[in-house]
Amino acid sequence: MKMFTRRLLIAVTASLVFAGHAVAQDKSIVMASTTSTQDSGLFGHILPMFKARTGIDVKVVAQGTGQALDTARRGDADVVFVHAKPAEEKFVAEGFGVKRYPVMYNDFILIGPKSDPAGIKGSKDIVAALGTIKARGADFISRGDKSGTHQAELNLWKVAGIDIAKDKGPWYKEIGQGMGAALNTASASNAYVLADRGTWLSFKNRGDLLISVEGDKRLFNQYGVMLVNPEKHPSVKKDLGQQLIDWLVSAEGQKAIAEYKINGEQLFYPNASDSGA
Amino acid sequence: MPNDATALQLVLSGDPALFAIVRLSLYVSLSAVVLAALIGIPLGALVALTKFPGRQGVIVLLNALMGLPPVVVGLAVYLALSRSGPLGAFGLLFTPGAMIIAQTVLVTPIIAALTRQTIEDLWIEYRDELTAMNLGPLGRVTALIWDARFSLVTALLAGFGRAAAEVGAIIIVGGNIEGFTRTMTTAIALETSKGDLPLAVGLGLVLIAIVIAVNALAWTARRAGERLAG
Repeated sequence: MKMFTRRLLIAVTASLVFAGHAVAQDKSIVMASTTSTQDSGLFGHILPMFKARTGIDVKVVAQGTGQALDTARRGDADVVFVHAKPAEEKFVAEGFGVKRYPVMYNDFILIGPKSDPAGIKGSKDIVAALGTIKARGADFISRGDKSGTHQAELNLWKVAGIDIAKDKGPWYKEIGQGMGAALNTASASNAYVLADRGTWLSFKNRGDLLISVEGDKRLFNQYGVMLVNPEKHPSVKKDLGQQLIDWLVSAEGQKAIAEYKINGEQLFYPNASDSGA
Repeated sequence: MPNDATALQLVLSGDPALFAIVRLSLYVSLSAVVLAALIGIPLGALVALTKFPGRQGVIVLLNALMGLPPVVVGLAVYLALSRSGPLGAFGLLFTPGAMIIAQTVLVTPIIAALTRQTIEDLWIEYRDELTAMNLGPLGRVTALIWDARFSLVTALLAGFGRAAAEVGAIIIVGGNIEGFTRTMTTAIALETSKGDLPLAVGLGLVLIAIVIAVNALAWTARRAGERLAG
């Protein structure tokens, strides 16, 4: 019986490994990306077009930007598509990414309860609004997960002259979760939260939440894409990955991004031609 | 009411994406239970029927491991299967194979610990008869496992329940990739994060119905088996 068990285990292990290899030989790549691009439905719109053109299956692992870059750093993704330019430039400078390509942008918005306890609704000055939230101790939900949105939020506090790590009170709650979870929490506790517009437009459990602040230039949200460096990780499928990147920044890919709308509202604005983005 | 309507619509519409998710959930969790049974039942029986130093400690450990946190197992398997990890060359991360491995780790202690208890109780009951039959240690293990086969179904079901219900491990090692590693539980987590609570509740009801159906099948099989065995 022991012999039988051992043989069975060997067979099962072999089949698991085989399954892994069979998958690896498919025309498919793994892209580490952010919850905002996945949850907003953008990938569901553009990736089938890419597949129709090239036959390449793109498997999207949606994580926060920090985690997605870390997944790529370990060699567990072929392409990484995120939104935190300084972190992306660091990723390339460290040799983990080959080159960063700007792809598109949208903007962050400050979401808050209808009752507007901080009295900031309709403001176009995000920095002043954050100052008021802190001064009045109005509840604020932070992603707290090193995502692109979290990094943007931390940067805005800095611009407002607030050292949030030191100055946070019980009104400032770090939940360490994704954008949807943060919006769910804000909705349940009548709090303010910084969100990307894409996730907000596709978010269904809004309750009493509304857009409080939008239209400030400092709320700009740029997305970039990078091939994971095959010199660091030989398992990276560089040809297939580069095909995806080339398509995203091509006229066809950029048009597909611009055409994605929810209720007639455009979610992402292509800007691959803007080399400084 | 809208919740019920969503769940019902999902099932009635015969949505192929939903069926693919259900199929993958069953494939991953049932494979994990089969693998865990192949390891856990002999292991549990062995601990039940042998004396060795540190046996009490092993029993406590087995029982404690029934409560292994899925997220910790997920992280450990992730680090092992990552391209930068010791088993990275197999390319298993973000595949159903990785999910089966993680759930096998979670389920094996449950099956082993419950088997140990069942076999030990049987052994106390039938010790004299088995001793009189003059069976070797392997013969005793086999005879007792065979005798306990109907009770062991409950151990397998406990393991299946654990596997079918958990999300913490498989979302880390599978990556929740649409059409490839998305299961019922990871889909529920995703829909919740998108704020589509009615759809999440609907999927939850479908999952509970499937778990009940699997248990009903197992129970029917057990009853039929008992009747045949007299």
